[in-house]
Amino acid sequence: MRRQIKWCGRLATIQMVAMFLLLAGSQSLGASDQASTGQPTGQATGQPAGKAEVKIDNFSFGPETLTVSVGTTVIWTNRDDIPHTVVSTEGVFKSKVRDTDETFSYTFSKAGTYPYYCSVHPKMTGKIVVQ
Amino acid sequence: MANKNQDVIDQKLQDLNNDGIDRRGFLKCMAWAGTGLVWTMSGGIPVSHAFARGMGKHAGKSADFSFVQISDSHMGFNKPANPDVAATLKAAVDKINGLATPPEFLLHTGDISHLSRADEFDNVDQILRSARAKDVFFVPGEHDVLDDNGKSYLERYGKNASPSGWYSFDHKGVHFIGLVNVLNLKAGGLGSLGGEQLEWMEKDVKHLKHSTPIVVFAHIPLWAAYPQWGWGTEDSAQALSYVKRFGSVTVLNGHIHQTMQKVEGRVTFHSAMSTAFPQPQPGKADSPGPMKVPAEQLRSVLGITDVNYVRGRHSLAVVDSTLA
Repeated sequence: MRRQIKWCGRLATIQMVAMFLLLAGSQSLGASDQASTGQPTGQATGQPAGKAEVKIDNFSFGPETLTVSVGTTVIWTNRDDIPHTVVSTEGVFKSKVRDTDETFSYTFSKAGTYPYYCSVHPKMTGKIVVQ
Repeated sequence: MANKNQDVIDQKLQDLNNDGIDRRGFLKCMAWAGTGLVWTMSGGIPVSHAFARGMGKHAGKSADFSFVQISDSHMGFNKPANPDVAATLKAAVDKINGLATPPEFLLHTGDISHLSRADEFDNVDQILRSARAKDVFFVPGEHDVLDDNGKSYLERYGKNASPSGWYSFDHKGVHFIGLVNVLNLKAGGLGSLGGEQLEWMEKDVKHLKHSTPIVVFAHIPLWAAYPQWGWGTEDSAQALSYVKRFGSVTVLNGHIHQTMQKVEGRVTFHSAMSTAFPQPQPGKADSPGPMKVPAEQLRSVLGITDVNYVRGRHSLAVVDSTLA
C-alpha cells in the first residue's frame, strides 16, 4: 500500500491567510493587530472590546493556550478538511459542529481559565486564560 | 506497507501462545491485507493464506454464509482527498454485488455521513439499496452523531437497538454485537463505551456457549491502534474481558481508513478501509486528516471487507479488497 502523502492542509493555509486578512480588515486596526498576536486586548477604557483568534489546524488548537483580557471575543476558525467543535470542558460555551472555514466566537466577560476541547476528537484540547 | 505495521506485527508475535501454528508466517501474511489476503479462523486459531495462493486445504468447504463490512462512507465530504464520495460508495456496492459468494447482509461500521445531515444519510441509504444484500446493520461514527448526541442517527438506524444504539443479533450460529463508542467523549480522552453499555454487553454474552463464534463491531478501534491520534477506546479492555472465554472472537472497526490487524490470544482485531478517502499510517503525518493521493490511485486505497463463516470449523475468512 504505497501512498503519496500530499496535504490538502497546505491549500487550506493559503485560504486561511486570505480569510484572516479579510477578517482583520473588517476590524479596527488596533484591535486586529493585537488579535493576531493573541495578546491581551481592549485594555484602554472606552476602547471597543478586542478580538483574538484561535486556528484549528491539523487536529489541534493554535495557540493551545491563549491569554486575553476580559471582554475579548475569541474567534475559532476551522482550517481542517474535517469538522470540529469547540466545547468548554466546564459547560461555559459550546459550538455547533464547524466544517472547513467555519467559525465560532465567544466573548469572555469574566476573568478565569476556560479549558475546552473538540467533542468530536477529544484528544484536541485548548485553554483560554482571561485576565 | 509499512515497516510500522511490521513492527507491530513482530512485537505481537511475543504475545502469542505456542500452538504449532506458524505465527510468523501468518502474521507476515497479514501485511498483505489491502492488496488481497484471506485468513481463516479454525476453532479460534487464525491460519493465513496469501490471497493469490487461494485458501488451500481450508477452502474445501464453501462458506455457510458471508457478510461484508463497509465503513467510513463520509457522504457529504467533498474536499480534494475525494470530491465524489458517492461514486466510490457506488463502486463499493458494485464490488459487493460482484462477489462470488453473495453476502447475506452488510455491516457499516460508522461515519456513514460526514456532517450527520439527513440528506447525507438519505444518499447513503439510496446507494445501499442497490446492493443485493438488503439488510444493513449500522453502528455510528463520530460524524453521525454531531450536534444532536445521536438523536437523528438513532431515529433512522436505532429501531432495533437499545435507546443508546447498541444491539446484538444472531445469524446462523454466530453472535454479532454492535457497539457505540463515539458518544459522550471526554476532553483529552479516546473512544468510550460507558458503564451502561458495558453492563449490557456482559449480560448479553453470559448465556452463550464458549464455542459460539463472536463478532464485535464498532466504529473506533477497540484496541490501542494509535492512541496519540485518538485511535483507541478507553474502556475497551473491559468489553473484551467479557468475550475472551470464547473460542473465536473477531473484532471489526473502521475510523482509521486503512487496514490494520492485531491478534491477541483468541481475539482478532481487524480494521477496514474507508469507501471515501484514506488516512495516513499512524504517526506518518502531522494529523490523521484526509490524505490526498493521485486521483488514479484513490480506488486502490479504498475498499470493502468480505467475511465468510463456515459452520463446524468455527472459521471466519476475511478478505480485504480495494475498489481498484
